[in-house]
Amino acid sequence: MSRLFMFEKPLGMRDTLPELYEKKHQIRSVIAETMKLWGYQFIETPILEYYETIGAASAIADQQLFKLLDKEGHTLVLRPDMTAPIARVAASKLLAEDLPVRLAYSANVFRAQQREGGRPAEFEQIGVEFLNEDTVSCDGETIALLISSLKKAGLAQFQVSVGHVGFAQELFMQILGTNGRATALRKFLYEKNYVGYREHVNSLQLSSIDKQRLLQLHQLRGGEEVIGQALDIIENGTGKQAIIELKELWDVLKDYGVQEYVKFDLSIVSHMSYYSGILFEVYAGNVGFPIGNGGRYSLIEKFGKKATATGFAVRLDMLLEALDGVQLEHAAHCIFFSGERRKEAFQLAEKMHGQGKLAVLQDITGVKNLDAFTKRFTDTTFLIGGRSDE
Amino acid sequence: MNSILTIAMPKGRIFEEAAELLRKAGYKLPPEFDESRKLIIEAAGEGLRFILAKPMDVATYVEHGVADVGIAGKDVLLEEERDVYELLNLKISPCYLAVAGLPNTQMNEVAPRVATKYPNVAETYFRAQGEQVEIINLNGSIELAPLIGLSDRIVDIVSTGRTLKENGLVEYERIVDVTSRLIVNPVSYRMKDARIDELVTRLHEVVVQGGSDDENSKNI
Repeated sequence: MSRLFMFEKPLGMRDTLPELYEKKHQIRSVIAETMKLWGYQFIETPILEYYETIGAASAIADQQLFKLLDKEGHTLVLRPDMTAPIARVAASKLLAEDLPVRLAYSANVFRAQQREGGRPAEFEQIGVEFLNEDTVSCDGETIALLISSLKKAGLAQFQVSVGHVGFAQELFMQILGTNGRATALRKFLYEKNYVGYREHVNSLQLSSIDKQRLLQLHQLRGGEEVIGQALDIIENGTGKQAIIELKELWDVLKDYGVQEYVKFDLSIVSHMSYYSGILFEVYAGNVGFPIGNGGRYSLIEKFGKKATATGFAVRLDMLLEALDGVQLEHAAHCIFFSGERRKEAFQLAEKMHGQGKLAVLQDITGVKNLDAFTKRFTDTTFLIGGRSDE
Repeated sequence: MNSILTIAMPKGRIFEEAAELLRKAGYKLPPEFDESRKLIIEAAGEGLRFILAKPMDVATYVEHGVADVGIAGKDVLLEEERDVYELLNLKISPCYLAVAGLPNTQMNEVAPRVATKYPNVAETYFRAQGEQVEIINLNGSIELAPLIGLSDRIVDIVSTGRTLKENGLVEYERIVDVTSRLIVNPVSYRMKDARIDELVTRLHEVVVQGGSDDENSKNI
C-alpha cells in the first residue's frame, strides 16, 4: 500500500463544495416540500446497520457493501439503500395499527465502487415509501408524486418506464413449465442481452407459436397500445392479472394527467428479487444512468410483517446532473467596513438579514485582493473611513 | 430535443466491416470516415456523430452514456460486463476465444498460470471447469507468454489460427464464438427509442441479407 497524500479521499468519496451544496439544498427542499404536501412524513434511520439484517435484505450486491466490525464482533454495513432500513422500522414499529403509512426520506447511501472512478460511492437519495396498501391507487400515487417532484425540481425532459415482474415470470412459466428454465431465460433479460435471449429461445424445443410469444416480449415497449399486445401473448393466470393491473395503473395516471411522462416496458426485470408487482425506472435525456427507480416490493416480510409497499428513490447527484443547464439565481450582498463605521455596518447587516437577504460582513483590512473578492457578489456597500457628510 | 445519435465505433480490425455495414444500411457516411485520424466525426445530414474508440473501450463509452450506441465485439462484452443492452448480432468479424499453449504440455499442478488480456473471461472459464488458475495480465502479443515460460496457457482471440501456428502453439479448448454486437445505453434505449429502433431495423435487414442462418430472423 502506498503512502497516502494528504489530499486523498477513499475511492468514490466526494466533497460537496458551497455552490453545489446550495444547488443540492434547493432541489432537495423543493422535492421534500412536494412530498410533505402529499402527506409523506420524513424519517431518519442510522447510517450503520447490521450486515445480517439490512445487509442481507438489501438488493445491493455483497461486494458493494462497506463493512466494518463492532466491539462484539458483529459485522456492520454502511446502509446501501433506504428501503431496507425503512422496512425494518415499519415491520417493528409503524405498522402496528395496520393502516396505510406514507414515509419519506432524504439520506446518503453507500455503495463501494469495484471497477473504476466516475461514480460516487456515497450519494444522496430522496424518496418515499407508501407502506401497507396494495392497491393500484397506491402505485399510481407513487408514480404521480415522482413525476410531480421532478417537475417541481425543474426537470423538463424525463421518462418513467414501467414494467411488471408478474408478466415475464408468468409468460415464462406458461411456456417453459419449470422455474429453473424460466430463471435461465430471465437471466438474459436481466443482463440486457437480447441477442443471447433470442439465441436461447431459438435453441429450445418449442412450437413456433410459443417461440414467437417469447420473442415478442422485449418489443413490448410504448404507451397504452402495449396492453393489447401483451394480452395477445399471455394466456391467463397471474400474467394476465399483471396486465390488468398495468391497464388500471394507466387509467389512474391519466386521471393524474401525467401519462405523457410514462411508457410501458415489459422487458424490465430486476435483479432485486424482492419486487413483487410493478417496477419502474426514471430516465432524463442527458444523463447516461437512470436517475431514479422504484416499484412494489414484499421486503417487509423479511422483517416479520406481512405487508407490501410501493416506493421510489431519486438519486440527487444524477438529478443535479440532469438539471445542469438550469441556473439558480441568488443575490449576494457584501458590506465592507472599517473600524470607524463598524457599528453602522453591523446594523445594516442586521436589517438585511431581517429582510431575509444574504449579506456578508467583511472587514476591508482582511481582504488582500479586493477586485477578485468583489466579483463574488452581486452587490456591495462600502462603509469605510471617518464619517463624512456626503 | 437532442436528436443527434452518438455511435461509438471500434478502431482497427472491426472498423471497416462496421462502416460497410452502416453504408449498406443506407447511412451516408462522410468520405473522410475511412482515412481520418479524427476521433469525432459528424455525419450531419444523418444526425449522427461517430466517436472512434479502442475496441476494448467501446462498451465503457456506451455504459456511461457519452455514446448512445456502439459496435463492440462479444469478447469485449464478456470481459467488461458493462450495463448495456446487447440488441443485435451484427455477425461481422467472426472469431473465437480459445485456450492455447505449447503442444503436448500439461498445466502446472501447483500453480497453473494463464496469460491473457481477458482476465475476467479466463478466470470465469477456468473456474467453471473446476480449476483455479493464476491469471497474468498482458496487453498484446499474448503468444509470447508460453514460448518463454511466463505461462502454461494463454486465453486469446483466434480468427484464422495463423498466429498460433506460426509460433508453434496449439489450441486446447474453444471457449466461445465471437462476433460484433450492436450495444445501446439503457437510458438512450428509452429516450431515443425511435431513432434506435430505426437503426436496429435497418442494420437487421442488412445482417439477414448477408447471413444464411436465421437465428435472429424476423424478430428483433
